[in-house]
Amino acid sequence: MYFDSVADALAMGGHGAFVWGAYGITFLIIFFVLLRPVMSTRRLNAGIREEALRKRSAKGAQGNAS
Amino acid sequence: MWRIIHQFGSPPWVYRFCDRVIPWLFPITVLALLAGSVWGLLFAPTDYKQGDSYRIIYIHVPAAVVALAGYYVMALAGLVSLVWRIKLADTAMRAAAPIGAAYTAIALITGAIWGKLTWGAWWVWDARITSMLILFFLYAGVIALFEAYENKTVAARACAILSLVGTVNIPIIYKSVDWWYSLHQPASIKFTESSAIDASMLYPLLGMIITFYALFALLMMLYLKRSLTEDYARSAWLHKRLTA
Repeated sequence: MYFDSVADALAMGGHGAFVWGAYGITFLIIFFVLLRPVMSTRRLNAGIREEALRKRSAKGAQGNAS
Repeated sequence: MWRIIHQFGSPPWVYRFCDRVIPWLFPITVLALLAGSVWGLLFAPTDYKQGDSYRIIYIHVPAAVVALAGYYVMALAGLVSLVWRIKLADTAMRAAAPIGAAYTAIALITGAIWGKLTWGAWWVWDARITSMLILFFLYAGVIALFEAYENKTVAARACAILSLVGTVNIPIIYKSVDWWYSLHQPASIKFTESSAIDASMLYPLLGMIITFYALFALLMMLYLKRSLTEDYARSAWLHKRLTA
């Protein structure tokens, strides 16, 4: 490590809040932009599976009736 | 050659490709992001002039570089969609917009923080910064424009035209530090001559640039997969894949 102590690394020569803050905001933005398509795909997939299941059971009921 | 081009136009093939690559690329990219940040924050040497505040470079420069590269992807996809009317090009163009907007936002925000430290101001109406802000509005404009139309074919065409017209902004961003008197420093990494940056700082920076490119590729695949799932929700191939 370049710094002598953890406190030095956190302080960043007095600019700690700025430097760590910049990294924090960056990771926050990356986190959200990663999470959005993953969650949305998961929701869409659940809908498709549900509909497929419903169709299959509807077809099955029809088959029994005739 | 034609087979490859044909495959890239085929939604089931692209969907399967994304599905296969994402499980590998996702953990690798996240690990590289963490490792690169630790390298830049804790192991790279301090700058003799700027002290430790310069460490913002390891996210600021990669984000800005890929924000510009992302615009090429979006505009090129727009061109392909306009000329050849390939639906997948529309999807790629739409996928690139939120990613590019996120990268541009990162470049602007980290730039503002860095500016506060070195120039004493969060924001200056400088050529480089203003043209980057326009880049952000172009990305945001494509997202908003697509939502504004009921007819998605028309929406995609409007977005393609907007992204192509917006391409004029790209050389302006590149050249802004040379054309105008600017607070923003010119590029430190040069390909044709030796860089104005020491190897101990250059390697973590190059590592982060590569990582941000990888993250862009990963995000493109995630957004592509999402859009394909939405567009082909009633297609047999997707049903087969999901219920198998």
